[in-house]
Amino acid sequence: MHVPSSWYLILSALLFTLGVVGFLIKRNLITVFMSIELMLNAVNLSFVTFGHMWRATGQAAIDHHIAERGQIFVFFVMMVAAAEAAVGLAIIIAIFRARGTLNVDQIDLMKL
Amino acid sequence: MHLVLFLIFAGFCLAGAVNLLLQTHPINSALSLIVVMSSLAVLYLLLGAEFLAIAQIIVYAGAVMVLFTFVVMLLNVGEEEKTNGSKIAKTIGFPAAVVILGVIADIILVAQRSLGRVSLDEPITTTKDLSAVLFRDLLLPFELTSVLILIAILGAVALARKEGHS
Amino acid sequence: MNLYLYLIPLLPFVGFLINGLLGRRLPKALVSTVALAAPLAGFLVVLRAAMLAWPGNTSGPLAITLPYTENFGGSWINAGPLHVDFTFALDQLTLVMLLIITGVGFLIHIYSVGYMSHEEGYWRYFAYLNLFLFFMSVLVLAENFLLMFVGWEGVGLASYLLIGFYFDKKSAADAGKKAFVVNRIGDFGFLLGMFLLLAQFGSLSFGSIGSSLAANPALQGGILTAIALCLVVGACGKSAQIPLYVWLPDAMEGPTPVSALIHAATMVTAGVYMIARTHAIFDRSPFALAVVAIIGAATALFAATIGLVQTDIKRVLAYSTISQLGYMFLGCGVAAYSAAIFHLMTHAFFKALLFLAAGSVIHGLSGEQDMRNMGGLRKKLPITFWTMTAGVLAISGIFPFAGFFSKDADLYDAFEHGASGKAIWFVGLVAAGLTSFYMFRLWYLTFFGESRAETQTSAVNDNSHSTLHTSHSVHESPWSMLAPLVILALLSIGGGWIGMKHFGDFLAPVVGAVVDPEKEPGGETFDYFLSVVAVAVAALGWFIAHLFYFRKNDRAAKLAAAMSGVHSLLANKYWIDELYNFIFVRPLKAISTFILGWIGEGVIIRGSTWLLGGIVMLTGELLRRWQSGNLRSYAAWLAAGAAVLILFAGYAITDTWLGAHGIDIHINWAGR
Repeated sequence: MHVPSSWYLILSALLFTLGVVGFLIKRNLITVFMSIELMLNAVNLSFVTFGHMWRATGQAAIDHHIAERGQIFVFFVMMVAAAEAAVGLAIIIAIFRARGTLNVDQIDLMKL
Repeated sequence: MHLVLFLIFAGFCLAGAVNLLLQTHPINSALSLIVVMSSLAVLYLLLGAEFLAIAQIIVYAGAVMVLFTFVVMLLNVGEEEKTNGSKIAKTIGFPAAVVILGVIADIILVAQRSLGRVSLDEPITTTKDLSAVLFRDLLLPFELTSVLILIAILGAVALARKEGHS
Repeated sequence: MNLYLYLIPLLPFVGFLINGLLGRRLPKALVSTVALAAPLAGFLVVLRAAMLAWPGNTSGPLAITLPYTENFGGSWINAGPLHVDFTFALDQLTLVMLLIITGVGFLIHIYSVGYMSHEEGYWRYFAYLNLFLFFMSVLVLAENFLLMFVGWEGVGLASYLLIGFYFDKKSAADAGKKAFVVNRIGDFGFLLGMFLLLAQFGSLSFGSIGSSLAANPALQGGILTAIALCLVVGACGKSAQIPLYVWLPDAMEGPTPVSALIHAATMVTAGVYMIARTHAIFDRSPFALAVVAIIGAATALFAATIGLVQTDIKRVLAYSTISQLGYMFLGCGVAAYSAAIFHLMTHAFFKALLFLAAGSVIHGLSGEQDMRNMGGLRKKLPITFWTMTAGVLAISGIFPFAGFFSKDADLYDAFEHGASGKAIWFVGLVAAGLTSFYMFRLWYLTFFGESRAETQTSAVNDNSHSTLHTSHSVHESPWSMLAPLVILALLSIGGGWIGMKHFGDFLAPVVGAVVDPEKEPGGETFDYFLSVVAVAVAALGWFIAHLFYFRKNDRAAKLAAAMSGVHSLLANKYWIDELYNFIFVRPLKAISTFILGWIGEGVIIRGSTWLLGGIVMLTGELLRRWQSGNLRSYAAWLAAGAAVLILFAGYAITDTWLGAHGIDIHINWAGR
């Protein structure tokens, strides 16, 4: 039994869209941040899928390591996402200390 | 087999993602996201990316989400308040999201047949193959990411420090 | 043989520059010297040219033949069909005009030295006067319409400057403006005439237009009538004929020598000169000639009637000028151009004399101009009296003074011009009688009877002296003022003795042959008969004036009371000024206030600033909301941007699109 690659890709698109919607709806800053992580993960999935796909359909003749490259890209995305999560959360802590709230609607002034 | 596994774990993904949207307390959202991460790890395995699956569990679900959870518990904000700051977000944002989904789905659906299929028979990308490419062709970016993480650590420490400490 | 024609305008212009730029700091004597040198030098150049060109002088080695042209610097304007040069031309007509301009101009300059000696702005006066001479010389020397127009406009400018010389007096400033505006209306006609000429003949040069007309004898009426009528409008403006005469009486606000030079001898004759110069066009259009004759006759009569009841000495002379100009137009209108120019010449002499003598009287009375306050000045201002007498006799056309010959020639030629000519002759005759009457009235009121002059300073009619003299007794003028009077008196006496026949023959090469009374059957005796009639009418006018004004009586007052309606009509100048004000000035002012105020300032200026400000503020209001600081709206716009990009990337980037944009990449679209 096999699954068409397009399903993976559609799943990835759905996850991405849910991330966008979450980014728009949620009011807690941390939850917004989590939606961003969701978006990143969706993209990771599509990278891996494409890598796998092109190896299977014969692009491997042109680029022998195409699947590996797809996965390495995901690897890098993960690294950067981790770093970004660390820094982002540190910023959120700083904001909380400054404003006392994490509601995005109330954090709308640059100057205190 | 592949299909069943795919359907189960794709379902978990979507359920977790929807739950993330529907929950009001951030800790619940964080836990849903952990579910999504883990399911994605299984999907990676199905796609033959064994190293990535493990890395997803270790890094994402194990480190990043834990970090999220720590911060949620540290700040202890509680449930979300229902404020309504922006109408634009609804009037423009939703259509935009729909458009994004629609276009991507349409393109993929049109190209379905030529995208091929995934099955369990296909070879797995071993960690050995991966590392061969990573440490040979892409060594420089790899080293740079370590520098990047170092900078991130420094930044996080500097930002999150309590005021008044020298 | 070089006549150095360019010196004639150039020297006054240099005088204008020197006096205008430096005159404020120069001593008065130097200003006067510079100012006097210019017309004198011009007069000498003209004299030399006259001697060289004199009809009897054709055989000598220094002789020149007229017409004589000088060209400067190649072509002036060379644009498509329009080709105009800086060309001066001297022919008999120009020579006569130049002699008058520089000669009489020089005399008036001398007079001004005495008259304006106490004025501030002495240097300014002489600068403007020299400027006027410059433009007038250019006008008569020009060989084409455009250069003539330069002079034409320039004398209008100089007139404006000089009429408004006492610019801090509102009436003087207004009079200057009025003169300029009314002149401008005439100039518009002149311009239209020039455009039509250019369209018809393709050139503005007198020479080429003349030869085109000569080569085309069938060209009559039609376009030529139109051209002629447009030119007549211009002439009416400059020569103060109906309906554009209204500026001349007001122009008396200027200093009296200005009135003498500009509004008697030279500028106002520019219209007559122009008609004589372009007579070739008028000869082809009997309709235009008839119009000119009728305007001239009507103006002569009209102005004479107004002059009957004026009380300001300068006003009487102003209306008299308008009337005499009517005579010149009349002469042109019956195609007797030589007669008109002859009258122009004698008029220059005696009218300048009259104005200068009036100035002398005013100066002697320390600024009084109202004749009702004068009288008995015969003994106190003897030289002024005798010179003015010569002028009055000349203008009335009494034999053997200058005016007799020229007026007689005018009226004879009118009579000989057919049936309508006889009517015009009659009108001219009546006007001559009226002229004689009011001039002698002026004479009697000013010089005879008891002295009505107040000895205290009169600031009431202080129009031609801006500085008040302290209480003077009546005194004769200085010799700088009297010498020109004497010379002009001699010219008024003998200026006509050259006779119409010789004068006509002299001008014939330019303006065509004159009607010769010897050639008509019974002509000479008939000519004498008409002259006798004219002198008789003039004598009648003198007699009536004698009755009314020689000794103090109330005949004049009783007649005025009996015909009070007519008297009021005349005294108020037929209310023409008020009529023009009502019909033209007020609506124009209202319209321009409306346009300038409402449309110009309101809509355009305030409206556009309001609009600009409004746009900026509105845009700011809109854009301000965009930067709300709200994270979610930013997110929404981000998503929208991403959606647009994805749309574009998904649907718009096809191979054809890439090809059309010159991107040489082949993307392997799966399934497309």
